Amino acid sequence: MEAIIALLERNDIFTPATLMQYWGGLVTTVQLVFLSLIIGGLIAIPLAIMRASENPWLSRPVWVYTYVFRGTPLLVQLYMIYYGVTLIDGIQDTFWWEIFRGAFYPALIAFVLNTTAYTTEIFRGAIEATSRGEIEAAKAYGMSWAQRMRRIVLPSAFRRAIPAYSNEVIFMLHASAIASVVTIIDLLGAARNIYAQYYAPFPAFIFVACIYLILTFGILGVFKQLEKRLLGHLRPR
Amino acid sequence: MFDFEGYGPSIFGGAIITLELAVFSLILAVFLGLMGAWGKMSSNRLAKGVATFYTTLIRGVPDLVWMMLLFFGGQIALNTILDYLNYDLGFDLPYPQFNEFMAGVFTIGFIFGAYMSETFRGAFMAVENGQIEAGKAYGMSGWKVFKRIMFPQMMRHAIPGIANNWQVLLKTTALVSVIGLADMVRLASEAAKSTGSPFKFFIPVAIVYLAIAGLSDIIFKLLNNKYSAGVVKGGS
Repeated sequence: MEAIIALLERNDIFTPATLMQYWGGLVTTVQLVFLSLIIGGLIAIPLAIMRASENPWLSRPVWVYTYVFRGTPLLVQLYMIYYGVTLIDGIQDTFWWEIFRGAFYPALIAFVLNTTAYTTEIFRGAIEATSRGEIEAAKAYGMSWAQRMRRIVLPSAFRRAIPAYSNEVIFMLHASAIASVVTIIDLLGAARNIYAQYYAPFPAFIFVACIYLILTFGILGVFKQLEKRLLGHLRPR
Repeated sequence: MFDFEGYGPSIFGGAIITLELAVFSLILAVFLGLMGAWGKMSSNRLAKGVATFYTTLIRGVPDLVWMMLLFFGGQIALNTILDYLNYDLGFDLPYPQFNEFMAGVFTIGFIFGAYMSETFRGAFMAVENGQIEAGKAYGMSGWKVFKRIMFPQMMRHAIPGIANNWQVLLKTTALVSVIGLADMVRLASEAAKSTGSPFKFFIPVAIVYLAIAGLSDIIFKLLNNKYSAGVVKGGS
């Protein structure tokens, strides 16, 4: 402990002030990622059901949405929303301006739209993988479509989706670094400020890389535990 | 509809830069991927350790962080090394400028090299061991076995993964606009800022990305046919 304090006192860059900047960045990154995943996950459930439907009027529009949002760079989507919102005529005079003046909400909208597209496809794959027999059994019990979805299809689909979804969570964490481009001080934004302040690229960026690495392994660990609990019955014995 | 207020030609040039960047990065990524796969499957513990360290480290950190580290730190690191070589060891080497394009190719190549190693490792393992033994029995050298037996058969299993990585790589090139390369995205965002109409420029850019993705789907399908020649699909 004393050694760490001595080390902290001797170096110029990792002072308490800059560590607080990193901490602020960490909070922003976690907020952005967490909110986008929660909101995106909730929107993705009905969309995935529509996408898996056999009615083309339901599945086609969702397919177009996921195709466009998965086929173009997140950065382009972010720019479109960020510049698109701030340049709407007269928005400066409405109450929306208070919300959209900062870059946080445009970034959040872009992230939500992006992660929803990916999550929809993940859930769709899991829904379509439901075995025929389970659905037939549910029908034989006289369950309605809504009951089948709620009791049979969705619970098992969510379990099957976990491995692919863990990749999406990590992808979202990494993609959130883009937020620093539109003036948000997230983790990378803090690192860029500290780099600019001291002109020391290696400490500033390597430190932030380590934080991202720890976050990534933390997420992986949590999902591994989840898989163990929820997908235990599928493990090879 | 197609009025780009004079920005059309420069954005078209940006699209070419995006493509160049993507193709050069892909070449580097395939090379590093083959090396990484070789390292991961090697019985040499050092090679295995280095390859595992490389793939884990790259995949745990956002691409934009790597890009900034290399772009802002690369020149300093390069100059330090060259200073050492030139002053302390008496060499007389030139100082190359580390530009945005190079930083982009190196970072994207390095990042996707890590993903490619996993793709190639899986593909190499899908080639039957007996094939390799047969090649050795014919007296082929290690390189010949690789060139004549491993590579052509491995590609069949690797192509879907390469196609996947390529689609992600293509979208990652957009990040290079952040460190200042005049690619499609950067030119479009400059045009959007100065004309005040973002959708006019970003929607065509998005369409170009979708078009490249669609076109490469076709190319990969053809490649897949080429490398799957003679393979009989089960089932149908």
